[in-house]
Amino acid sequence: MTLRSITVRRASNLAATFLMGGATILVLLPLVIIFYHIVKMGISSINPAFFTNIPQPPGEVGGGMANGIAGSAIMIGMASLAGLPVGIFGAVYLTEYGTGRLATVIRFSADVLSGIPSIITGMVAYSLLVVPMKGFSALAGSFALSLIMVPIVLRTTEEQLKMVPATLREASLALGVPLWRTSIKVTLRSAMTGVITGILLAVARVAGETAPLLFTALGNQFWSKKLNEPMAALPLQIFNFAISPYEDWHRLAWAGALVLVVLMFGLSLAARWLGRAKHS
Amino acid sequence: MNSTIRKKNGDSVFRAITLLFALSILIILLVMAVEMAVESMPSLRKFGWGFISGSDWDAVQGSFAALPYLYGSVVSSILAILLATPLSVGTALFITELAPYKVGAVTASLVELLAAIPSVIYGLWGILVMAPWLQGAVEPFLVKHFGFLPFFRGAPYGVSMLAAVFILMIMIVPIVTSITKEVLTAVPSSQREAAVALGATRWEMIRIAVLPYGRSGILGAVILGLGRAIGETMAVTMVIGNTPQISLSLLSPGYTMPSVIANEFAETTTKLHASALMEIGLILLVVTLFINFMARMLLWSVTRKWKGGVA
Repeated sequence: MTLRSITVRRASNLAATFLMGGATILVLLPLVIIFYHIVKMGISSINPAFFTNIPQPPGEVGGGMANGIAGSAIMIGMASLAGLPVGIFGAVYLTEYGTGRLATVIRFSADVLSGIPSIITGMVAYSLLVVPMKGFSALAGSFALSLIMVPIVLRTTEEQLKMVPATLREASLALGVPLWRTSIKVTLRSAMTGVITGILLAVARVAGETAPLLFTALGNQFWSKKLNEPMAALPLQIFNFAISPYEDWHRLAWAGALVLVVLMFGLSLAARWLGRAKHS
Repeated sequence: MNSTIRKKNGDSVFRAITLLFALSILIILLVMAVEMAVESMPSLRKFGWGFISGSDWDAVQGSFAALPYLYGSVVSSILAILLATPLSVGTALFITELAPYKVGAVTASLVELLAAIPSVIYGLWGILVMAPWLQGAVEPFLVKHFGFLPFFRGAPYGVSMLAAVFILMIMIVPIVTSITKEVLTAVPSSQREAAVALGATRWEMIRIAVLPYGRSGILGAVILGLGRAIGETMAVTMVIGNTPQISLSLLSPGYTMPSVIANEFAETTTKLHASALMEIGLILLVVTLFINFMARMLLWSVTRKWKGGVA
């Protein structure tokens, strides 16, 4: 490196400092702007009717997104029932027996899998469930969501299980407790808050997923009575109302977005708080 | 004796069950690949290489070729990552090298909040707030002052390739930033101390000690961001205008691979139409698999090296 005068060096240091600070402001600006718009446009349509009514045709007042909220809750619930045990116990395998090449391949594949666009998951769920069942259904939507959950839960749970001190497990094994009981009663239990954090993050992630539901759950203007029928979901309603030309529906979409964002931020704050409570 | 046997059984059953769950990752990947390939077959057979070189997409005539979608995906993603990279690296450097610990931690949390906003909400904001703003203010400005360039010609529609690039940039910045931050945090402080001890200013320390050490990790983060951009569906579908054309101008509407799937897949009338969309999905799958594979390889090699290296 050629020697440069201290003035030039200081000046370039100052310029770099301003550029880094400026980049940070530019990056955080959209968060402020988007949040401002969601609150400003959404808050006026948040009322009891929003949580109890189904959407009304444009021009009529008092429409809500109750069926979408309920549909999302049902499908996320079913996806969790299927996806969480698979992810959590898959992670148990990786922590207890995961020393070989197979475990490395599984870890790597989980990372790669979580980068696959969710719309492809939707297409696969379509050809595996919608085509054989001859119709769009809440079941197919839940299936698609559960596929998205598995790799996320698996990786976060494994991270948490790895942090359980080996001495704890060794103490249990030395007392003659079989490995499987040690795994469930000692390792999983002491990592419980961390595992719950991972679950919350995975739920937050799929709660906003829209693309995999487009051709599985499809959406529904009304209440769905069966799991083998199309079902409404909050993100789907936001999408359909946002691209509609009606002011009334835009208002509903903003209100839905506000509900979804509050839910997301709530979940990630809860996850963060749990994570912090454990370390202090 | 009896209890020992039961213990052994318990353990082997436990091992078998958890192994099955762990293997589900590989099964999902395999089923995805096979399913997409099988469903694409009719279209693959009928159109061959013409599928990615032609631009005729006509469901009524039954002729399908996907070049405009490929073009839209490639252009929007690459421009978005080009804009996002300096912003992300700058922010990550601010968090790890510049800001006091507390400020850095708060900034990092805010970036994570940005990453948690669902795609459909970015799309909602994009179509109802950003696109009208682009149409009213930004695009007329670009036409007036940079209209001599082929990239800024035509009428300002608002919904356009430019809108897609902007929304993608906003969406991938948080991911690239937080992974870059992880990479930079893993750079050993001995590297920084050595540079500072030699009399380097803070920027010189970053340039000669931090960035070179984190180079492959940052590259991994950027490639991962590119993968996200290519697969991003809802927000792009809402702001890009959904017009299958190849135009140099960023002001004109375009179309991407995930968008055409999102718009048409639920309403296909013929087997061939569905198969053609499946083939677009297959291309998307292969591309994102490859991109994620590369990115994870880079990121993994970096973290491995650090585990055994200087603490």
